[in-house]
Amino acid sequence: MDKKTKEPLIHITKRKMIPKKQEWAIRLGGILAALIFCAIITTITTHLNPLAVYAKMFEGSFGSPRKLWALLKELASLLLIAVALAPAFKMKFWNLGGGGQVMAGVLATTAVMITMTGKLPSVAIMLLSCVAALAAGALWAFIPAFCRAKWNTNETLFTLMMNYVATQIVAYFIIIWENPKGAGKIGVINQTTRIGWLPTIANNPYMLIVIVSVIVTIFMYIYLKYTKHGYELSVVGESENTARYVGINVSKVIIRTLVLCGLICGLTGWLLVAGTDHTMTTTIEGGKGFLGVMVAWLAHFNPIGMILSGLLMVFMAKGGSEISMAFGLNRSYGDILTGIILFFVIGSEFFINYQIHFRKSHRKEAADV
Amino acid sequence: MKKKLIAFIVCLVMVMMPMLAACGGGGGEESGDAGDFKVALICLHDENSTYDLNFINGFKEAMGELGLSEDQYMIKTGVPEGQECYDAAAELADAGCKLIFSDSFGHQDYMLQAATEFPDVQFVSCTGDKALVAGQDNYHNAFAAIYEGRYLAGVAAGMKLNELKDAGKLKGATPKMGYVGAFTYAEVISGYTSFYLGAKSVCPDVTMDVTFTGSWYDETAEKEAANKLIQGGCDLISQHADSFGAPTACENAGIPNVSYNGSTKEAGPNTYIISSRINWAPFFKYASETVQKGENFDTNWTGTIDTGSVELTELNEDVAAEGTAAKLEEVEAGLKDGSIHVFDTSTFTVEGATLDSYQADVESDPDYAPDTEVISDGYFHESEYRSAPYFNINIDGINLLDTNFG
Repeated sequence: MDKKTKEPLIHITKRKMIPKKQEWAIRLGGILAALIFCAIITTITTHLNPLAVYAKMFEGSFGSPRKLWALLKELASLLLIAVALAPAFKMKFWNLGGGGQVMAGVLATTAVMITMTGKLPSVAIMLLSCVAALAAGALWAFIPAFCRAKWNTNETLFTLMMNYVATQIVAYFIIIWENPKGAGKIGVINQTTRIGWLPTIANNPYMLIVIVSVIVTIFMYIYLKYTKHGYELSVVGESENTARYVGINVSKVIIRTLVLCGLICGLTGWLLVAGTDHTMTTTIEGGKGFLGVMVAWLAHFNPIGMILSGLLMVFMAKGGSEISMAFGLNRSYGDILTGIILFFVIGSEFFINYQIHFRKSHRKEAADV
Repeated sequence: MKKKLIAFIVCLVMVMMPMLAACGGGGGEESGDAGDFKVALICLHDENSTYDLNFINGFKEAMGELGLSEDQYMIKTGVPEGQECYDAAAELADAGCKLIFSDSFGHQDYMLQAATEFPDVQFVSCTGDKALVAGQDNYHNAFAAIYEGRYLAGVAAGMKLNELKDAGKLKGATPKMGYVGAFTYAEVISGYTSFYLGAKSVCPDVTMDVTFTGSWYDETAEKEAANKLIQGGCDLISQHADSFGAPTACENAGIPNVSYNGSTKEAGPNTYIISSRINWAPFFKYASETVQKGENFDTNWTGTIDTGSVELTELNEDVAAEGTAAKLEEVEAGLKDGSIHVFDTSTFTVEGATLDSYQADVESDPDYAPDTEVISDGYFHESEYRSAPYFNINIDGINLLDTNFG
């Protein structure tokens, strides 16, 4: 009797599968709650009409064709990284090194563009920089994968550290290639000659990366869902021992998957430098290696779903920057709203996976059972 | 399939909701009464950086003087020196801005890119150095002869050192200053050299240690750099980096500080002496007025003490040496009438010799090829052939502790 009264007020249990409808209802409810909460915070702290603030956020992301393209470019690069990370995470290989793998691609592309200008024709530079970026990205992913497969090193820490190594190497080469000397930045590479710049499609500089991201996303969807490789890596993710038992070469699968991940990240780096930004900075990747992890998780590693979760992230970033300009708010205000919304979105995942019982209802349930 | 359909609906709702809100709420203020003239400023950081704050204050002041309403000028903060700058500039041009300024050196390539795409919009890369060679009508550079302000601030520093010397409070045998710089290129070199020469003009045996942080805004690094200089025996610190790092370190250690970009008295009431700053308001006003009239303006604009572009901010009488205010007035008058030149070649030596000729890279190119003789009439003609500084000589008496950023 005593034991029962000491039971906590709130009791959490893992849910069984719930219908998709209910799942989405919880998500939608989460976003709605977040918007209402943000509206209250906005009214209290800034005395602005929250609806006007939301309208501005929307305008900042979708307000003009140019803003839309800028949004799509951001979404495309974020999506590429998230899609690259998905197979590793599905394999339960915690690859936090997406950013570093992109930076490796960025560095390789920049190196080719700067050192080969004048020595090779533009087309050759494009191809060579592509190969170099893919190789560099793959290498950056291969190192931790190999160590994990061979010596069972901790891949979370390893890939995380590789980010900083990559960023520092990039910082070093910025000093070597800086222009003007001492300024600490490279500036636009070959701004007048456009040597090594990828061609623009339909006169739109961001079209290429968007198209590539769509192709890669579809590829990954098929790869994960319908290929033997995709099946193998999900078995490894479920249980390495089972995988071994059914004759899967676990080391090979780990290395193969990570190299694929590195290839896509390297490709992203190539597209960023040769395709859209034409420069190298230590912030060119912009934290997308980490953001990509969230995007991938929120979508449960479904590449198509990542379009949606990626869109949410990019929308919040663009919208946040727009409201800071429109209402003279500090830029951090956008981050605060983003934080609140993410909190609710992630929170709703909790409510999808777990159920909360209060003491009373629990007793009833117990009685039922 | 069902899941995807639901996903799509959710997406649609997310997108539609703000749109509905726009119809119901603040949509009205969007269009309508905005005047046809719009100006914008693109900033690297925000108000927390002394550098950007100085731009933002100058911009708001100029807009106020011109009587432009709040929807006629825009400030976009936190724009990195990358493709984002082009996107921002192009978006502002789309929004109807006729004149767009950017505040950081690294923005210039992206501003130029936008300038080629919008020939009817004027783009100004403040502190940039490429307009001279870009050959683009609607692309400009602007700067101020801040080396004159630095020189004056240096005079105040030199007088403080003299006071410390007379009181026997120097750390070493001779007075030594410390300087926290961001990067190792002309803008910074010109700044610390003019500061040093100002101090030397009243305190002849002064030397100076310079260290670099490799960043324009890194509070921790700037604080550490200042601490390093203080531990190295410096009697006074100045800086050319944009956070409150160095002033705070000085206040904690009780070492006098000569600031930049604006008064930092708040962070260092017991150590702040004076600060030099560029007042951007006269330029913003001039450029806006000219564009409003439908005219074009200088490709390279250099503000001076006379245009009100170079200023000293409040002198902290509690810390500054006695008679500083009077001395500063005297030197300022000398700079104005041309009897004093900051880079007077008789006041400094390079590797023991007086400099009588120097070819500077005024027309900036990737190889830094020297192209213009800049020494004549006994002084180095800084910021005369283009607005951005090009004095990049290491003179005797200044000791670079590290140059690993160049």
